Amino acid sequence: MAKSIDVSDLNIYYGDFLAVQGVNMTIRAQAVTAFIGPSGCGKSTFLRSLNRMHEVIPGARVEGKVVVDGQSLYDPGVDPVAVRRQIGMVFQRPNPFPTMSIYDNVLAGNKLNSKRMKKSEADDIVERSLRGANLWNEVKDRLAKPGMGLSGGQQQRLCIARAIAVEPQILLMDEPCSALDPISTSAIEDLIHELKSDYTIVIVTHNMQQAARVSDDTGFFNLKGAGQPGHLVEFNPTKKMFTNPDNESTEAYISGRFG
Amino acid sequence: MTGTDTLTPTDTGRSSLPLRAPQLPSYAPALAAAICFGLSTLAGLLLGWGPIAIVLLGWVLLVLGLPAWSSAVEGSRKATDRLVTTVAWSVFALAMVPLVSLVYEVISRGHGVLSAQFFTYDMRGVLGEGGGIYHALMGTLIITAMAAIISVPIGVLAAVYLVEYGGKNRLARMITFLVDVMTGIPSIVAGLFAFALFTMIFGPGVRFGIGGAVALSVLMVPTVVRSTEEMLKLVPDELREASYALGVPKWRTIVKVVLPTALGGIATGVTLAIARVAGETAPLLIIVGSTTTLNLNPFDGRMATLPVFIYSSVTTGGKYNLEQLDRAWGAALVLVAIVMLLNLLARGIGALFAPKSGR
Repeated sequence: MAKSIDVSDLNIYYGDFLAVQGVNMTIRAQAVTAFIGPSGCGKSTFLRSLNRMHEVIPGARVEGKVVVDGQSLYDPGVDPVAVRRQIGMVFQRPNPFPTMSIYDNVLAGNKLNSKRMKKSEADDIVERSLRGANLWNEVKDRLAKPGMGLSGGQQQRLCIARAIAVEPQILLMDEPCSALDPISTSAIEDLIHELKSDYTIVIVTHNMQQAARVSDDTGFFNLKGAGQPGHLVEFNPTKKMFTNPDNESTEAYISGRFG
Repeated sequence: MTGTDTLTPTDTGRSSLPLRAPQLPSYAPALAAAICFGLSTLAGLLLGWGPIAIVLLGWVLLVLGLPAWSSAVEGSRKATDRLVTTVAWSVFALAMVPLVSLVYEVISRGHGVLSAQFFTYDMRGVLGEGGGIYHALMGTLIITAMAAIISVPIGVLAAVYLVEYGGKNRLARMITFLVDVMTGIPSIVAGLFAFALFTMIFGPGVRFGIGGAVALSVLMVPTVVRSTEEMLKLVPDELREASYALGVPKWRTIVKVVLPTALGGIATGVTLAIARVAGETAPLLIIVGSTTTLNLNPFDGRMATLPVFIYSSVTTGGKYNLEQLDRAWGAALVLVAIVMLLNLLARGIGALFAPKSGR
């Protein structure tokens, strides 16, 4: 059920400010694609433009094309709400809904959209999603407890379970491990490996080793200078990227000789 | 010049590590207060002063004496701390004086008249002893409830618009400004507004409960808007984004994520706004009037309310003045109790709906 994403000549603006310029890439289906680059280079902005989440920020707009499964996301007739149902997102900081239990948090995508379902069906979705997020064994005895009571790593996996409960085609992850300890990070990296068979995954990370560990393709974003728009410097299979990159600045960034 | 020169420690004052210092015992403030007020009482009794002068002298002695003692033993930093602590406690005590004396006065004067009859009888045909506040109590409850029914939806929806949709556009800024202005409207003006409005519609001399509810809601709406706005602003944007990322439309996000998360705070704000207007007198005097009989229909005729009942009982005078005063204090006690109950309710609601951490 995973789909690929084709991006061509994408410019992203905040008001008059050009934040990301001229991105072209093809994100493969059922693979993990990682974006690396210095802070402020537009990785997250670009990621959010893939499911139109950047529109939440006033004044944000894009030029260019993002095509998923033959449909351009930015065609006039496209409903951003429908886009986000197909392209899920996990954020940097775990953000379970504080008013809901663990059970309700997993079902939030269905419940908030008032989808009617039987109790058994709902139980199935909760168990499948929590198993998918490697969280089931830890929380199966306390599903009715508030989601905020879990540890940070568990909360982040709960957010992943919530995202996969609505069965999207694509899963976007914006630095999903940056607020977590190494053990939770490794749990989530294992999870990304497993999810790859069912989902197209795009992940933004500041951790080069993480990009090398989990991803099949890697994109390196950079700024030309302060106040200049970010752009995609290089997009290649991860192996090539980390052993023999095409671009000199990519090698400088990866080996820590940046700037 | 080499770097090591500047890093070499100098001998002066660094040979010892002074972590311990002389300290006053923990009972020092209490002891100082006892001595100071004891001295001032003694002086007051010898010189024949009144209680206010005695307290004032004791306070001056304490404010000067405790820091002086501390300065002699502990040094200037701790002495300053003692001085400021003493002043802060004194101001707190000063602030408590009117509150405590008010509650004491209302209870001591009002509790005598309370009885089953006081709560179940109205004042029809009663001149001297007897009678009750049933009509005024019901009037206050009905009018306040109707004011809440009018102003809570308006206030909450206005706040939702301001926070979720308006942003910083011209309309939102204008509404915010008008709400600020409305917060300062004197209650008598709100009463005049309701009176003028209903006179225009129903002709002169109109008096009914719903008019009072409208006047009270004019006073309530800005408070509700303000408190709801603050609560909605406290809901983190991450939650809204999490909801959008699940493919939930904006209005559902507001109804099912933002409002439930802020519900505790909104309920507290609304309850406090109700408590605030429950004791309003002036607008009700103008548009609702007063009566001695029970009237449960807010759409027809005068209604009695507790504040207006108190006002008219105190101001009527005449032969049965003492009985009327008793009833006024009793009604005041009931009114204070209602407001206090509403405040407790607000705390309860806030705790009940607060997001749970489960830890």
